[in-house]
Amino acid sequence: MDSLTNYLFVSASLFCLGLYGVITRRNAVAVLMGVELILNSANINFVAFARFSGMNMAGHVYALFVIVLAAAEAAVALAIIINIFNNFKTINVDDVSQLRQ
Amino acid sequence: MADLVFWIVVGVTIVSAAMVVQSKQLLYSAIALLFTFVGVTGLYIFLWADFIAGVQVVVYVGGILVLIIFGIMLTNKITSVNISHTSVQRGIGATVVLGILAGIGFMIINTPWYQVAATEPEQTTETIGRLLMMDYLLPFEVASLLLLGALIGATTLSRKED
Repeated sequence: MDSLTNYLFVSASLFCLGLYGVITRRNAVAVLMGVELILNSANINFVAFARFSGMNMAGHVYALFVIVLAAAEAAVALAIIINIFNNFKTINVDDVSQLRQ
Repeated sequence: MADLVFWIVVGVTIVSAAMVVQSKQLLYSAIALLFTFVGVTGLYIFLWADFIAGVQVVVYVGGILVLIIFGIMLTNKITSVNISHTSVQRGIGATVVLGILAGIGFMIINTPWYQVAATEPEQTTETIGRLLMMDYLLPFEVASLLLLGALIGATTLSRKED
């Protein structure tokens, strides 16, 4: 368990699962979940590199900034999704390919 | 013992992440996402990142997940019990993603990673606080501006026009 590559592989798997979700899901909320998985995998990488390069705390600070960005992104994305739902009555991202109704 | 716990945490994280992207029902995806976040929290604890682990629980489980469930509820009729959602182009998606995973795995194995041995720190919060207030003060303030912008933007976007 005390090896950098283990964490890197976990993070790579999370990233790929998130990417798979973003590619294959058609519900906008599910796409957002895939994005959250990708951000989490990036965070694992930051913290793992911090731990294995002599407890370099700058990695933790960057992980905090990523969490802040993820929170802001989720709030704005859900506001946009609810707006789309009010206008189009669907949140299937394939049906919402135009900027106007 | 710690090894076993580590692999259990890894298993929970990966399996529930797979359920997030595979489940036929949107709410099940959201619940699986909860277990993924908790599993990632366990990984942070294994990486000696106690403060990040706490923030992960508070922000992701307590904030973002609740937001996502609200989003699900607001964009579906509450009477439709089975909020199903399907996947498209699974074959192409899986091929592309497996290719990317193979590339990343090859890179991870073949890179001589820079590693320095370290001892477990007493706590990480004090160091993070010092870094935020000294080395990373500008990004810290910009992040607060960003949060303010996101707050105003989200309220403006989701408000009914009058």
